[in-house]
Amino acid sequence: MTDLLQPARIKRRHRAERRFRRFGLAAILLAATVLCILLVSIISKGYPVLQQAKLQIQVHLDPALISGASAESIRRGNYRKIISDALATIAPDRNPATRRAMRALINPFAELTLMEDVLRNPLMIGEKRMVTINAADDIDQYLKYGSKAAPRLSAMQIRLIESLQQRGVLRLQFNDTFFTSGDSREPEMAGLYGALKGSMLTLLITFVLSFPVGVMAAVYLQEFARNGRWKDWIEVNISNLAAVPSIVFGLLGLSLFVKFFDVPRSTPLLGGMVLALMTMPTIIIATRSALQSIPDSIRQAAQGLGASPIQVVFHHIIPCALPGILTGTIIGMSRALGETAPLLLIGMVAFIAQIPDSVLSASSVLPVQIYIWSNDPEHAFMEKTAATIMVLMVFLMVMNALAIYLRSKLEKQW
Amino acid sequence: MFVTRRRRGKSVTDRIIIALMVMACLVAVLTTLGIVLSLIFNAIRFFEIIPLGDFLFGLQWSPQLAMRPDQAGSSGAFGAIPIFWGTFMITVIAIALAVPTGLMAAIYMSEYASQRLRAVAKPMLELLAGVPTVVYGFFAVATVAPFLSQTGLKLGLPISTESALSAGLVMGIMIIPFVSSLSDDVIKAVPQRLRDGALGLGATKFEMIWQVVLPAALPGLVSAVLLAISRAIGETMIVVMAAGMAANLTANPLASLTTVTVQIVSLLVGDQEFDSPKTLAAFALGLTLFVITLCLNIIAVKIVRRYREKYD
Repeated sequence: MTDLLQPARIKRRHRAERRFRRFGLAAILLAATVLCILLVSIISKGYPVLQQAKLQIQVHLDPALISGASAESIRRGNYRKIISDALATIAPDRNPATRRAMRALINPFAELTLMEDVLRNPLMIGEKRMVTINAADDIDQYLKYGSKAAPRLSAMQIRLIESLQQRGVLRLQFNDTFFTSGDSREPEMAGLYGALKGSMLTLLITFVLSFPVGVMAAVYLQEFARNGRWKDWIEVNISNLAAVPSIVFGLLGLSLFVKFFDVPRSTPLLGGMVLALMTMPTIIIATRSALQSIPDSIRQAAQGLGASPIQVVFHHIIPCALPGILTGTIIGMSRALGETAPLLLIGMVAFIAQIPDSVLSASSVLPVQIYIWSNDPEHAFMEKTAATIMVLMVFLMVMNALAIYLRSKLEKQW
Repeated sequence: MFVTRRRRGKSVTDRIIIALMVMACLVAVLTTLGIVLSLIFNAIRFFEIIPLGDFLFGLQWSPQLAMRPDQAGSSGAFGAIPIFWGTFMITVIAIALAVPTGLMAAIYMSEYASQRLRAVAKPMLELLAGVPTVVYGFFAVATVAPFLSQTGLKLGLPISTESALSAGLVMGIMIIPFVSSLSDDVIKAVPQRLRDGALGLGATKFEMIWQVVLPAALPGLVSAVLLAISRAIGETMIVVMAAGMAANLTANPLASLTTVTVQIVSLLVGDQEFDSPKTLAAFALGLTLFVITLCLNIIAVKIVRRYREKYD
């Protein structure tokens, strides 16, 4: 024992102490560094999406080319010519090669977009108006990152771009397309709004299904169920369910909901049902611990005033436990919002360009959109992937901040 | 009068509400039942076509089936050993990173860190824990894998862009906060009197942690590791995005490996008819995954229960 106290020994023991301490600090620093790299790499890849190269041109909606007689005749209008003529007015020369190069500058859906504008407002026909058209993604990439990012551009196209840029016709502007449109095969026209709305609809279904069921189950287990084998069995069941890998819920959804109940694939309804089953254990566990923290004096006081067991729980215990219940629910919902794997199995990974308008229309969700875009080799989609991640993370942070706020502001100390 | 009627029995509404609550509990039970039955039912149909032995011990996995009956060399092979091997390798890499880091972080936070550091580090770990797995997947593909393969190029090592190493490392990062929060709970549960005793005998803090706290917390830590392993085995998005599709049977972590979850996704994504061995194979894999993770969880819970009894 005494040799432990010899100076050399003590020195060694203190060295071991310092080494251990440094390991601990290193572990925390490692986690912090990785988090920083993760955030920096995503933000640096994603923020250019805020801007998009756009061309400002004046189109003449010549009545000779579009007849405003009916919706059908508006659809049949010669928008190709209208746009080519408009492009010709900003072209530096009348060379046919320049004309072709000009056509390649704008996105392939420009005619369609113009037609939709006219359909919305047929009075435009006959007018000359300025329109803003998203440039093709190569041009967008060129303006953002230089010629290395756009190897497909010819020297002539680059000269054209520079001249348009100098005249202020072509420039980077706020990218409203990204926030207002659905998915597209063309990166310059792809947006996350479809997936965002799909996520909202899916989350709505998840909440509507899992919140009442989860809270009711938790209240029963905590306040009414008699101790015994039946209760133990349900408890084990729920805690195991909480640890089942999420992809297994996808398999369940596929074989039970899709195959057996014929719920349509790719819909927020189906996605919400699968995520609800996955979220329910989280809500049950959170609700139970919230109920557990309510002191017995509340129960006894309510009972003493003649409340029935149901009244005790629904008029007194649940209102007191509500902050805890809501916190748990928000955390469960934020997990559901970021969940991807089970949704891949139930068809939400399909290419869907439309904005979903109900829980029964085919739709994507934010995390699946991230997955779809990350599979696309084009750099412009990599940018969009990172930007979608940023949007998703902002939503998650808002939800978590809300949970923390609820926990700190509303929770009473008993 | 009113009061006595209430006392005598539950009213009709009360009965309905209680019945509803029992039904809510049944939903949880039925979910488990649904999972078990749907997995077993479809897996049995798979094993009617492919014998169980061929699935569990077969060395070749190539689930592509013939487009035409006369097509050569595409009868489909469903030997799952390469997939289990890939899952094992990636899990080992992830755990090798996550367990030491997570555990050391938890020890430092509970025994050494100042109030100020803890106020920063705890939310940071929570933030790391809240990052969706698809984001980690993108991080693996877009940042870690290119970095590793470029480093490999400089060192003259061929590192695949879909290497088990990058998928495993990123999965390890994902699991760090999970391990650290579980081990934090376990370390906190060790009674203060044990710490005081060790320090009172003249132990340094390191000796107190290493020789007293950790041995006392060992069962809890083992169960935390088991839960982390179960989490790593069941993790899907990171490996779907960062690991490969090809079922290679190699011990080289720099090569491309595939996992159970990757194969489930690749077998089931897209519209498919329900009765081909290809889709049913996904359920057989799902059943394997479910059984393994369930066993790990049950063992972990058992260990924790026994440990709690020791100190309560």
